[in-house]
Amino acid sequence: MPMGHATAEAISPDGGHASQLEAIRSDMLRFALLQLRDKPAAEDAVQEALAAAWEGLGRFDGRGSFKSWVYAILRYKIIDRIRQRSREPIAEIDPGAGFDALFDRRGFWLPEERPADWGDPLQELENAQFWRIFDACLNRLPKGTARVFMMREFLGLETGEICQELGMKANHCWVVLHRARMGLRLCLESDWFESGRGGYVEL
Amino acid sequence: MLNCKEAARLVSEGMDRKLGLGERLSLGLHLALCRGCRHFRRQADFLRTACRYHPSGATRPEEK
Ligand SMILES: [Zn+2]
Repeated sequence: MPMGHATAEAISPDGGHASQLEAIRSDMLRFALLQLRDKPAAEDAVQEALAAAWEGLGRFDGRGSFKSWVYAILRYKIIDRIRQRSREPIAEIDPGAGFDALFDRRGFWLPEERPADWGDPLQELENAQFWRIFDACLNRLPKGTARVFMMREFLGLETGEICQELGMKANHCWVVLHRARMGLRLCLESDWFESGRGGYVEL
Repeated sequence: MLNCKEAARLVSEGMDRKLGLGERLSLGLHLALCRGCRHFRRQADFLRTACRYHPSGATRPEEK
């Protein structure tokens, strides 16, 4: 594979894509690893995506960013792997477990569990510390729950497509997505928004 | 009237499917009265935005 030939980049007729590929490889690996939670599988997916991108350079029409184009290929590779594994059942869905404790008997938030005001959370998107907590919270979700959630929110699939890929009923998909959001917000609230936003938390 | 558990569930489902008219009306009423669930909705929206702009992804906020 002709990657890593950084010296050729400045004069290469492909406009320096080789070095770009190198530069975004680690982002791609993080992206794939979060979703697959399996390092060899993530590395394979990234490698295949990069190889396909390299071979298909001639088809890249230059509209949109090169990175988006490579990621579009990576998405396919990740979905392929998820599809191969979808025969493994999503076993850990135990209805009611966990979140019932946030509500009183009538189903209203307990005062101390009521979701807090996160202020203007968009400013966190620039904060590397925030993302470390975010990834840790994602990794704390049960594997199957996280897989469904990330197909929805990272890969941007519609719920119907996710159900089809994983052989789930639509209703089940919605429940799992809701549980993922509940788990993720709870984790972020306790580990970030209500604990000084990384200010004095030693990681 | 919906309780918070049901309202939160509808907030979430509203992000994944189109809610029916009755669902939207009762959710709207609940949200008008319940700060906790309003916060939940903003948080859930933020989660979606955060995933979209995750640093490992292809899109950064300034590229919107
Ligand atoms: Zn409520």
